[in-house]
Amino acid sequence: MEKREVVVIGAGPAGLSAAIEAASAGCRVLLIDENSKPGGQLFKQIHKFFGSKEHRAGTRGINIGKELLEEAERLKIEVWLNSEVCGIFEQRKIWIVKDKKKTILLEADRIILATGASENAVSFPGWHLPGVMGAGAAQTMINIHRVLPGKRVLMIGSGNVGVIVSYQLLQAGAEVVAVVEGAPRLGGYGVHTAKIRRAGVPFYVSHTVASAEGSDKVEKATIVQIDSSWKPVYNTEIELEVDTICIAAGLTPLAELAYLAGCEFTFTPALGGHVPWHNRQMRTNLEHLYIAGDISGVEEASTAMEEGRMAGLQAAASLGYIIEDRKMEKEKLIQARLDGLRSGFFGEKRMNAKNAIFSAGGSCHESK
Amino acid sequence: MFRIKHHPILGDVDENKEDDVLIYVDGKEYNVRRGEMIAAALMANGIRVFRKTIKHNLPRGIFCGIGRCTDCVMTVNGIPNVRTCVTPVEDGMKIETQKGSGEWGGLGGKA
Repeated sequence: MEKREVVVIGAGPAGLSAAIEAASAGCRVLLIDENSKPGGQLFKQIHKFFGSKEHRAGTRGINIGKELLEEAERLKIEVWLNSEVCGIFEQRKIWIVKDKKKTILLEADRIILATGASENAVSFPGWHLPGVMGAGAAQTMINIHRVLPGKRVLMIGSGNVGVIVSYQLLQAGAEVVAVVEGAPRLGGYGVHTAKIRRAGVPFYVSHTVASAEGSDKVEKATIVQIDSSWKPVYNTEIELEVDTICIAAGLTPLAELAYLAGCEFTFTPALGGHVPWHNRQMRTNLEHLYIAGDISGVEEASTAMEEGRMAGLQAAASLGYIIEDRKMEKEKLIQARLDGLRSGFFGEKRMNAKNAIFSAGGSCHESK
Repeated sequence: MFRIKHHPILGDVDENKEDDVLIYVDGKEYNVRRGEMIAAALMANGIRVFRKTIKHNLPRGIFCGIGRCTDCVMTVNGIPNVRTCVTPVEDGMKIETQKGSGEWGGLGGKA
C-alpha cells in the first residue's frame, strides 16, 4: 500500500495552507482534491479581503489563491486532482477514486481534513424552479465561468455572502432587484452593504421570500414582511420581476469524512451546525486526524488559511519535524492572527463559539 | 448573450471562436468554449432546465454550482446523473435533459 506522512484532503485555502506549512517543515505531503483545479472557492473571491496587513487584507482572494499555488509548486507538493476521497478506514487508510477510473487505498501517518462547506437551501413554494440557486453558485458562474446566471436577481440574505455576491453581480452586469433580510437588521460588512446601497439596490429587512413563480423557470418572486416571530404579515406581499433568486442563507460544514473516520462532533449553530470536536491545535479526538477551514466551523477564507497553517504545523510537529520551542513560537503567532480575525462585532460570536468547542474537551482516542 | 465579456476586475475575455467545441443538447447544436463546464455552456446559451424531478416531474437547474448538491445532473454521452457543473464540455458531446434518475444509454448513448 502506498504511504504518505501527511495527507491533506481538500485543496482550498485551508488545505493549501496546511500542505504548505507541513511541507515546508519537511514532511512528505500529498494534497488531494476532487476538482480539476486546486484553490477551492478562493478563485471566485475577487474582492479584497478584510482584517489587518498580516491577514493579507486589501489583497483580492483570487490573488491570494495564485500565491498559494505558487508556494505549493515551489515546495514541490504532490497534488492529486480529480481524486475523490470516498472513505477513511482503520484509522489511517484513505480510499480514493482517481479520475473516476481507479480506486486507490493509501496509508497516512497524519490526515488533515479541509473539505469546506456547502450552501444551505431555503424551501418555499416554487423553490424548485431553475433560477433558484445558491449565492455562491451565482458567484462561481460570474467570476469563474464568466456567465450570467440571470439578468434580474433577487438576493435572499444580507450577510457577507449576500452583499458581496450582490456587488459582484452588479460588476458582472446583472441587475440586483432587491436584497431581502429576515432579521430586522442587516447582517453583512458595511463596506459591501454600502456599495450596493449606493448603487441603488433596495434592501428589505424583516422580509423573506414567499414564493417563486414561472412556467419552467423563475419569472417572478413574491416577498413578504415577517413579524418578530418570523410569521408572514397579512397583505404585505410585494411582487418582483426577477429571473434569478439567490439564496445566501449560510453554509453547512462538509464533515462526512470526519463522521466516517470516527470523529466526535459538537453542535454549534453559530459555526454552521455539526462540526467535529477539535482543540486549538486543530486536532480532533483522533490523535492522527486534524481539521481546518469551514469543516471546523464556517468562517472565512482568511481564518481558514490560518487554521490550515495551524493544522499543518501541528501535524509536522507531531511527526518530529519541528522542535517544541519553534512549534510554540509559530503556534503563538498563528493564534494571535486568528484572535485578530475573530475580534470585533462580527468576529466575537465566532470566537465565543470556537472557545466553547475548545473548552468542551474531547476524549482523545490514542491510535497506534 | 449571457457571457460576461467585460469585467472591471477580471478584465475582458478575448473571443476566440476557433477554439470552440460543438456540443449537442437534446439534439440541438451549440458552439461553446473549449474546457468550460457543461452547466456554464448551457447557461451561456440561455438553457435553464437541466432535468425533471423524479416524483413530480418539476424542472430543475443548478443549485450549488460546485459539484456538491447534484441538482444539475444530466445524461451525458449516455451516462445518467453527470454533474454538469463540474464536468467540462468535449467536442461532439451529447447532452440530454434528464427525466428522474435517468437511464443508461439515453439518446446520447444510442446515437
